[in-house]
Amino acid sequence: MELRRKLEILADAAKYDASCASSGTEKRDSREGGIGSTEGMGICHAYAPDGRCISLLKVLLTNACIYDCAYCINRATSNVPRARFTVRELVDLTLDFYRRNYIEGLFLSSGIIRSPDYTMERLVDVARILREEHGFRGYIHLKTIPDASPELLAEAGRHADRLSINIELPQEGALKALAPEKDLSEIRRAMGRMRLRIEEAKEARKAERRAPAPRFAPAGQSTQMIIGADASDDRAVLGTTANLYGSYGLKRVYFSAYSPIPDASRLLPPQPPPLVREHRLYQADWLLRFYGFSLDEIMAGGEGGMLDLGIDPKLAWALRHRGDFPVDVNRAPRERLLRVPGLGEKTVDRLLAARRHRSIRSEDLARLRLPLGKLLPFLVTEDHRPRVTDRLDLRALVAPRTGFAKPVQMQLL
Amino acid sequence: MIGIALPGPADFPAWRDAARRLLAAEVAPERVAWHLAGEAAGLFAHEPVPEPRRTGLTVPRSFPELAEVVIRHRDGERFALLYRLLWRITHDEHGLLEVATDPEVIRAQGMAKAVRRDAHKMHAFVRFREAPEGRYVAWFEPDHHILEAETGFFLRRFAGMRWSILTPEASAHWDGEELRMGPGGRRADAPAEDAKEELWRAYFASIFNPARLKPAAMRAEMPVKYWRNLPEAQDIPRLMAEAPKRVAAMVARGATPPAPRRQRVLATDVEVPMPTDLFTQDPATALAALRAEVLADRGPLAEHATQAVFGEGPIGAALLFVGEQPGDEEDIAGRPFVGPAGRMFNRALEEAGIPRAEAYVTNAVKHFKFKPTGRRRLHQSPDAGDIAHYRPFLRREIEIVGPRLVVSLGATALRALTGKPLAITKVRGEVVKSEDGVPVFPTVHPSYLLRLPDPESKEREYARFLGDLKGAWREVQ
Repeated sequence: MELRRKLEILADAAKYDASCASSGTEKRDSREGGIGSTEGMGICHAYAPDGRCISLLKVLLTNACIYDCAYCINRATSNVPRARFTVRELVDLTLDFYRRNYIEGLFLSSGIIRSPDYTMERLVDVARILREEHGFRGYIHLKTIPDASPELLAEAGRHADRLSINIELPQEGALKALAPEKDLSEIRRAMGRMRLRIEEAKEARKAERRAPAPRFAPAGQSTQMIIGADASDDRAVLGTTANLYGSYGLKRVYFSAYSPIPDASRLLPPQPPPLVREHRLYQADWLLRFYGFSLDEIMAGGEGGMLDLGIDPKLAWALRHRGDFPVDVNRAPRERLLRVPGLGEKTVDRLLAARRHRSIRSEDLARLRLPLGKLLPFLVTEDHRPRVTDRLDLRALVAPRTGFAKPVQMQLL
Repeated sequence: MIGIALPGPADFPAWRDAARRLLAAEVAPERVAWHLAGEAAGLFAHEPVPEPRRTGLTVPRSFPELAEVVIRHRDGERFALLYRLLWRITHDEHGLLEVATDPEVIRAQGMAKAVRRDAHKMHAFVRFREAPEGRYVAWFEPDHHILEAETGFFLRRFAGMRWSILTPEASAHWDGEELRMGPGGRRADAPAEDAKEELWRAYFASIFNPARLKPAAMRAEMPVKYWRNLPEAQDIPRLMAEAPKRVAAMVARGATPPAPRRQRVLATDVEVPMPTDLFTQDPATALAALRAEVLADRGPLAEHATQAVFGEGPIGAALLFVGEQPGDEEDIAGRPFVGPAGRMFNRALEEAGIPRAEAYVTNAVKHFKFKPTGRRRLHQSPDAGDIAHYRPFLRREIEIVGPRLVVSLGATALRALTGKPLAITKVRGEVVKSEDGVPVFPTVHPSYLLRLPDPESKEREYARFLGDLKGAWREVQ
């Protein structure tokens, strides 16, 4: 098969993995030899018409697979054309793209062929040749296969910046039904093993006197969960997410709204979820991790275990907790300001610094280009005191006029 | 007016030197006309800079950091704006840059942001084409005067390559050893094509999901002005036009029947476990079978934990220690007593002179019970229901190991063994009977020692715990 055709098949097969991050790894460059650099910040080299960042060459080694996961385009019983890169082809493709500044590096995954160890070995080969034979200093993200042997995992971690295992679905029952060969306990144990090794390597980097522990995935591990392929509600999704962050020290849990795939399985729901659900879940996840909200508080803004799709979860929470408002921008402590709809972490810190020098008026907020319509009903400034906080139609006043109607996924009939 | 000519559009050291002289001479911003060398200085800008009158002026470090970036902006007002900020900072507004609501601070910070974004987009959107003799050449059109400042990024990344970046204003050339800045160029000076672009365009077209078009998000991050220098961008209109048709075709096909020849397992190295006889009398086999049963338990706590944690130690050990439940580290490692409390327990065991061959350790509850909060898991005490769920496992574990004495660590273990909520303070140090009539020696859980706030009580309680362990060991001699 021609290389271009292989690339088309194996990139198409990889696009349902949402992550394309290239950030958070150690700093290194090619001044002492080799090629490539990583400087902490990720770089998106292009954006596709689906709005997603293209940072890495994201492909599968092969889309042949012995597993039969219903949501996956590459499942054993799917009719898609199959292809397989040779290790050499992948190494050359990565370097050719990298030299032209198309990419930050490689995100390599694979269907399971023969056995987990056999597949993992091929993935590790690509990373090893890039690093050892070509001195590649760019970013490498390897998908890890839960049942692969500890030796292969150790080698993967030595060469890769990030490792990931997809949790796939929010609840164990759904995974059993849709991905019969996958085992949630095994996935969790594998994430646990990776956490231990990542922590070990990090400790060793700190303690300089001791002999360094082998390098292991300095950019940590991440995972992905498909939203809307099973019946799990938002509470279940966020609960599982919080568990994953807390238990395995994940850098990111990616949500991927289940999207119609060519050659779909009958086990899947006919309707994909609206894309905005994915967006609301990310917002809620942020509030949980960085804004001091609890799961119960966030879910109180929605109905029946689902977030409000029409407005963001912080606004939804605020509308149901009007007694906590208004908050005085010139006097309230940081944690109260963080709960005001329309104020992000960065803005709050800038306002805290500014108010030490002069008191803040509404026009100052306008100058900072903050969303006044959303903000002012909840905020007291030097020259403004809201009178609408208890109005019944407040939601209509503060909800975005267009709703979040725009990026709605195309509907299956 | 005082005219100040700067040698280059983004020459920060030259601006800084001039600004220092002006400031020392107490020249107010309104009296300065900044311009580039070679440009007209304005009609009245012919006064010389007066003699210095002030010395030792200091500014916060954030000012030069900001100024160095702002000076690369294409706005002709940038030199004057920076000098006005500097003037205000040195005239009673030392903390000015913290006032994020000040119009001039907002303007300068907006300019710095635009410059940083331009630099970031340059790192992203420069596209090299291979020229004869293995040289890589890119044509790029930045919005601001950033080329020289950003050459470092490309040098660090592509130190082993020979490359040139051409812009309308200037060019940068790296020959593998030395960086040289040159005059501006034209698009035609870079190669018109590259052999690998076809593959890159094929990748771009294939990685995009036609079922989720978000063109506004794409344009926000990859503004149209950059498209003419991005080989992949020429395909965007076609990809967008075809997307609805591709999705409609997917829908029309609907669910497809499974492929007749499914992908097969070519060879397997999955081990098939040997069937075990659950009714065996051999204790090692019985314990292994019980362990397998515990690991497969799907009780209420199993859903959130990584794995069940079974006991460890020799069959026939004289002492069997029962803790509360696995913690964060035990849950990950799959082994009991490896976390902070476990490490303290092991130290105490050694100091009490109890040989490892005579100690079996396990927990009353086999899964970690916790509350996930942000980045960590908070331990939660098991309730009566949790204890009851795991009690049958614990009873069988004790029966198979067959210790002479069971040592219960903490209230949960004591409750699991006796079936009653006894207070440790009341029964500590005396031997009580478990529900099955096994002798139980109650003491505190080592995590209690870890939680004690002051070193004195910590030391006192540790000594007492050590005394309990020694007492238990004497009981079985």
